[in-house]
Formats: sequence, structure tokens, C-alpha cells
Amino acid sequence: MSDPGPNDPAENDPGRPYDPAHPHWFDDEAGPVVRPYAMTRGRTSHAGQHRLDLIALVVAEPAADDPVWDLTLSPEHSHILGLCRERPQSVAELAAELDLAVGVVRVLIGDLAEEQLVHVNRPVPPAELPDESILREVIDGLRAL
Amino acid sequence: MAFGRSSRTGAMHAVSPVEPLTLKILVAGGFGVGKTTLVSAVSEIRPLRTEELLSEPGVGIDDTGGVEGKSTTTVAMDFGRITLREDLVLYLFGTPGQDRFWFLWDELAQGALGAVVLADTRRLADCFAAVDYFERRGIPFTVAVNCFDGAERHPVVTVREALDLDPEVPVLLCDARDRESVKDVLVGVVEHAMSLARARRRSLSAGA
Repeated sequence: MSDPGPNDPAENDPGRPYDPAHPHWFDDEAGPVVRPYAMTRGRTSHAGQHRLDLIALVVAEPAADDPVWDLTLSPEHSHILGLCRERPQSVAELAAELDLAVGVVRVLIGDLAEEQLVHVNRPVPPAELPDESILREVIDGLRAL
Repeated sequence: MAFGRSSRTGAMHAVSPVEPLTLKILVAGGFGVGKTTLVSAVSEIRPLRTEELLSEPGVGIDDTGGVEGKSTTTVAMDFGRITLREDLVLYLFGTPGQDRFWFLWDELAQGALGAVVLADTRRLADCFAAVDYFERRGIPFTVAVNCFDGAERHPVVTVREALDLDPEVPVLLCDARDRESVKDVLVGVVEHAMSLARARRRSLSAGA
């Protein structure tokens, strides 16, 4: 999606998706801290990005239905978009589903938001409790389980 | 980025007609106390695991101190989901058990409805840290004593004294494997959050 900078160390990386069948492509000595971010071309955050809450919901935009995206997006971006098209997904669910660290998934979601393929609904802001009526609905919902 | 508050009127989005409001409750307690068991008992999905890297931006490099000997630099959080209604979804997050991963708690705790501190009477000291954390940040929490088979059932009052809890903090006995029991615990947390919010509102309006 966005071009890597000229000094980006991941530039020569073929963008090989992580293959769980060959988990030892890199050994531990290769630096387990860095490797996960190869998928984001070394970016650990997104320009102008608020830190996405784990329960922030990622919602596919109608534009995401265009099949052209499946051809142009990386497998990971495409995977996220596919899941969000089924139903809105929390950041935590996407990270678990893709088996990627949350920090990596945040960057990928940022890319998709930039392309206006998804929007992100933030949950109730910190330090602000939801209305009492919502708390009551939660209690009723739990009792009815 | 296109950010917005969770609105309950998502009808204009043809792709996904309902954009539910998402809420979270934390499940804290010592290692092996049964946090994931508790989450599994009520979650509609098998608890999922999400990982955060210790090298996350904003985390001092020193925070990796003490983990040099480990082969992993990620920390896992297990979570579950309960769809209460089409437009209301509750997530349960098991907090990482080890104290050194507490920098993650701040993020987890942001916007949480409340927390369950799961306690094992054989190792009550394991939950001191969690109790301290929620007390200091004013996050509503209840203590749920997980009654393991064969574990001595300490009366609630003993646990309350041992943990030096404020009188308004509810202490419940529970079985983390039992769905009904866990439902009661979660209802207890939300009720407690509600009564604290009410008290806070009262004191605000009294001060105005």
C-alpha cells in the first residue's frame, strides 16, 4: 500500500507472508522483536494514528466490496478486510484471527483506514462510564444468557 | 483515519447494518488461578489469544529486563466474547499474570466497565497486586474466590480481611468452571460499577 522509504530495511524483503508450515524461516537469533514488523515494512505505528483500543471495532466500508482490492492488497490486509466484510471485528479478534501481534495489526488496520476501506469505531472513551441504561442492559443480557 | 464514537445507528452502512457497542471487563489474578477457565465458561467463542510485543512503541527498552532468558518477546492475553444483543457485545480479557507485564494493564483497563479479581485462597497474596492496581485507579472490581475442589472454603469475611478490602467491594465465592456461577460474578461487577457511578454522580451534583 504505502511505499517503503528508501532506507527501509524491509525493502528487499519479498513480502513473503508468514507461513505457519515453515515457522523456522528465521531462528530465534534473528531477532524475534523485529521480525513481526517486517509485514508492516518496519513501521511500528501509523501516521496520525490514535492507539486503537483492543475492543475498537473495525467496520468495512461499502468500497471494500470491490473485488479489485483482493488483487492489490497484501494477503494480511486482504484477510483483515475479508473478516470485516463478514461482520465488524474488534482489533483483538483480528489480531487473534491473523495470529499477529496487536501492534502489527494496528498498523495494517491504519493502512486500510487510510484507503478508506474500513472505519474504526472507538469504544466508550476512557474515564467515561457508559450510561446507566447501558449497564442495565448488560446486566439483563448476562442474566438472560 | 475515520474515527467515530460507537453509534447505535449504523443503518447507513449497507455493508454492516449493526455496529455494536463494545464493552470490556477484565479478569485479573495470579498465574494459574483460573482466569482463562472463567472466560471459557461464558464466552461464545473458544478464548482467543492475542499477543502484544514487548517492543511496542512507547514501552521503554528496559521493560524487557528479566526476560532475556526467554525465547519469546510477546505477552499473551486470552479473551472471550459475549454477544448480549445484536448491538451490545461484551469482551472479557484475562490480564497477563506476571507483574512485569503491567504496562499492558493500563491499556486494557482504559474504558473497562470493571474487573474481576479471581483469588485462590491457597495463594491469596497472588492477587494483592491486582487489588492494589484497581483500587488506585478507581476501577470498579469485585473479588471472586475460585473454590477449587478440595480447597478450603474460607469464609468471605476472612478473605475480605486478608485482602484489606474497602467495605463496598463485593466478595463472592465462585466456581470458574461453572457458567451460572461466572454469570453471577459478572453481574456482580456491573452492579458494583453501577452503584459506584451513581455515588460519583451524587457527590458531583452535591458539590455543584
